[in-house]
Amino acid sequence: MDLVALLAIQVLYAIASLALISVGLAIIFGMMRVINLAHGEFLMLGGYAAIVATSHGISIWIAMLVVAPIVVGLIGVIVERTIIRFLYGRMIDTMLATWGLSLFLVGLTTAIFGNTTVGISAPLGSFQIGAYRTSVYTLFVIAVAAVVLAVIFAVMRWTRLGLIARGTMQNANMAAALGVNPPRVYAVTFGVGAALSGLAGAVLAPVSGVFPTIGVAYVAKSFITVIGGGAAILSGTVSASALFGTINQIATFVTTPVFGEVALLAAAIILIRLLPQGITGRFFRRGL
Amino acid sequence: MNARLLNLVGLGLVGAVGVAFLVLVPRLFELDVVLELTVYMIMAILALSLALIWGYGGILCFGQSAFFGLGAYTYAIAMFNIGESTVPLLLAVIVPAAFAALLGYFMFYGRISDVYLGVITLTVTLILFNSINSTAGPEFHIGSARLGGFNGIPGIPPLNLPGNKAAPIDLEGMFYLATSALLATYFGLRLLLASRFGRIIVGIRENERRAELLGYDPRAYKLATFTIGGALAGFAGCLFANWGNFVSPTIFGLAQSAQIIIWVIVGGRGTLIGPIVGCIGIQWLTTALGANQPSGGSDLWAKIFANAPLIFGIILIAFVLLVPKGLVPTLGDIGQSLLVSRGKGAKRLQPKRAEEG
Repeated sequence: MDLVALLAIQVLYAIASLALISVGLAIIFGMMRVINLAHGEFLMLGGYAAIVATSHGISIWIAMLVVAPIVVGLIGVIVERTIIRFLYGRMIDTMLATWGLSLFLVGLTTAIFGNTTVGISAPLGSFQIGAYRTSVYTLFVIAVAAVVLAVIFAVMRWTRLGLIARGTMQNANMAAALGVNPPRVYAVTFGVGAALSGLAGAVLAPVSGVFPTIGVAYVAKSFITVIGGGAAILSGTVSASALFGTINQIATFVTTPVFGEVALLAAAIILIRLLPQGITGRFFRRGL
Repeated sequence: MNARLLNLVGLGLVGAVGVAFLVLVPRLFELDVVLELTVYMIMAILALSLALIWGYGGILCFGQSAFFGLGAYTYAIAMFNIGESTVPLLLAVIVPAAFAALLGYFMFYGRISDVYLGVITLTVTLILFNSINSTAGPEFHIGSARLGGFNGIPGIPPLNLPGNKAAPIDLEGMFYLATSALLATYFGLRLLLASRFGRIIVGIRENERRAELLGYDPRAYKLATFTIGGALAGFAGCLFANWGNFVSPTIFGLAQSAQIIIWVIVGGRGTLIGPIVGCIGIQWLTTALGANQPSGGSDLWAKIFANAPLIFGIILIAFVLLVPKGLVPTLGDIGQSLLVSRGKGAKRLQPKRAEEG
């Protein structure tokens, strides 16, 4: 019974972390049709931002929840203005340019911080389930994921900003004719997506540590979550995270963490073969 | 000069330079230079494999290093089990080709779009990397070959003359083998692209729907192109395992995949000579940067210049934004416009030169 409860928490955690690392990418891809291969590096920068801020005496909570998103969001806006905006509509070229950006950021952080893992210890201690102990921070990550998804839903559904964003996503020309400025919407979208990635990277930093090439570990997982999810940003991310997170955690439980990841990636490839439009291409079509 | 003649002159030039290179290098340079050039030749074959499937087939494969690594691992494992290199060499071509065919069947017959194709090939590469990386224990072995996990497989026996176990190929022999293999690959691909098959795959790249309406099955042609590319990459992998007597999982890594893409981008998509030039140029640059690495210096600029990913990143971004066609086609365009402007518009209505290269 305790084991079941523990496994349930682990599965929830796997789902929450997948959703967290994917949602920034989902927004950028869903709204702008831009494949950002530097997504993993945005997460990595979020982690570094939090660690640097903490080491300068800022409270870890502010560093993770405020500093990291702002820093990475600003970097996102700069990237959009200097690289991405020249490549709209050229999907393959955006992919290649953002891959170049990813290499560049890896190289830069290696030059600055060195090729070593830095970490901050996870706050909040641990708690007991029967014979097992698990960390409270796990629950915190789950809570952050839930709050982030809820806020995105609220903004998209009930605010003017969300309306403009959804309108631009559905038909940019029509939105422009009605007085919206699509380039500005795109710049803001890219910044928001980057900020969310920064937040996710910072929140996961105490769990995994941070090193310059950590993005590689994230990028494939978040991509297949977004692609597996399909066109709808929120319901897609949530449903794909739920599916892949469960598969990953159960396979990890049965074999080893490495084969858990392999099972996740293999499941994703099969899913894309069966549902090329992603889960929301077939189910939950009216979702957000 | 008409295009056909220009084409023949180009072919002759490549052949002459290639043969001169093959004959002269071992006589003029020390062994360390020859060894360095050998690996350039091997990587150039790898670059050609992507040049075929991306530049001509229009299939953006982010995981070309998967086939390369598979070829290297297959050769190593088979070599430890068999001990004579003819069969391992063949297996190192067949296994990656079969893997490419399987993966390609899955992707092309599933009609997955270009972008997802890139993501899937990337994912497959990561799967291979993760799986091989975690096989360090002694329980992971195929026959008498231990997989070695992140430690890799050291001490791979070299190729030998076909059928004669006692006659291994020495370092200079490897250079001759790699260079002639590169020349053979180049001319082989030129022949392939000049054939009916080559025309059709370029047609599909240009307009898949139209090719399909004309009665060609793009899925089958793409699958065939992808399989040939996989086989070539596997062959390059086999030579690479020979060159260093060592393979490790980093061969599957993203850094390796990114390099292959950069070679092709820099040299030019839609040419064959471009990716060879790009590959050799970039590798030379990598070696030069690595050689200048200051020992123990804490200067940030020194660190930046010795930092290959950073330089590669800048090169990739710069080429995508500024020289999207790549060096060779861009230089070709400049040369052509010079020729045309000298002819004062008389040749303005020339048909677009067929993409050869």
